[in-house]
Amino acid sequence: MDEGLRSELGKQGVFTTTLEDLYNWGRKNSVWPLQFGLACCAIEMIATTMSRYDLARFGAEVFRPSPRQADLMIVAGTVTKKMAPQVIRLYNQMPEPKYVIAMGACAISGGPFKQGYNVLKGIDRFIPVDVHIPGCPPRPEALIHAFMTLQRKIDEQKLTGPNRPRHLIADAPSEFPVPQFGEHDLVPPSNPKVWQPPKTARS
Amino acid sequence: MDYSAHLFLAVFLAIAVAFPLAPLLLARLWAAKFSPPKPGEQKNATYECGLEARGDSMIQFKSQYYLYAILFLIFDVETIFLLPFAVAFTGLSAGAFVAIMIFLLLLVEGLAWAWMKGVLTWK
Repeated sequence: MDEGLRSELGKQGVFTTTLEDLYNWGRKNSVWPLQFGLACCAIEMIATTMSRYDLARFGAEVFRPSPRQADLMIVAGTVTKKMAPQVIRLYNQMPEPKYVIAMGACAISGGPFKQGYNVLKGIDRFIPVDVHIPGCPPRPEALIHAFMTLQRKIDEQKLTGPNRPRHLIADAPSEFPVPQFGEHDLVPPSNPKVWQPPKTARS
Repeated sequence: MDYSAHLFLAVFLAIAVAFPLAPLLLARLWAAKFSPPKPGEQKNATYECGLEARGDSMIQFKSQYYLYAILFLIFDVETIFLLPFAVAFTGLSAGAFVAIMIFLLLLVEGLAWAWMKGVLTWK
């Protein structure tokens, strides 16, 4: 619908909307996160949901203990290589459309444990991450900011076109391969369809 | 217009059935129409805690536990009847008192039988 006509109608007291706007409005205001914490970031995540920071204002207070009912995975904390297959399997079990917030330095890169033999250097090596939050741990304000960023992202997703949600793309994979716990590392160490090692440009 | 009690019940029954069925049908319709489920082996898996299910769900347990269930029933029934009996005790006739005592005797007899059989000895 033409934006000018819409504002003109609005001045006359006739409010119009589209099904897409309503759909996205409903989606972004009722995001149900998976009740799932890995390390100290989870404490900040808990604080975010409690009365002082009150994530319920954004419609996301319903932390679901089952991936079947959740549509947002907040990877809150260090992902060890022992834990990574479980995280990815949980992500696979969530229904579409689903989103991921990688919370804290560990979840986005391995953080202070990056040199450790047992820590996955960022969950984005295996599953697509929508919002990354730096910080060790990020304050609840940072998580709320990430959440608002995600809401904006959901709101901008058209139901048609290249920016449509993943579940409307027919050839998007339904599941991401779960790595096996190998002798020295996860096998494979990353999913090349999701993550490529950054290329260092040397001049 | 006069209301028939049975008509009211019929209407009530119809609404009671329709009320839970309607959201279920709507959800089914919505799922069929709007949500491409992108099913997969893991998404359809029974166990949903991130771990793979292993082993068999058909585990066995000792059937002797039914004795504890029966013994529990003795005390359960006894409690249900003892409380009103105690409340109404002062106003009871002698016949009612004898009747409840016989009833309690029957229950205690079951307990005594189990005791003599050695069920109450934990090894």
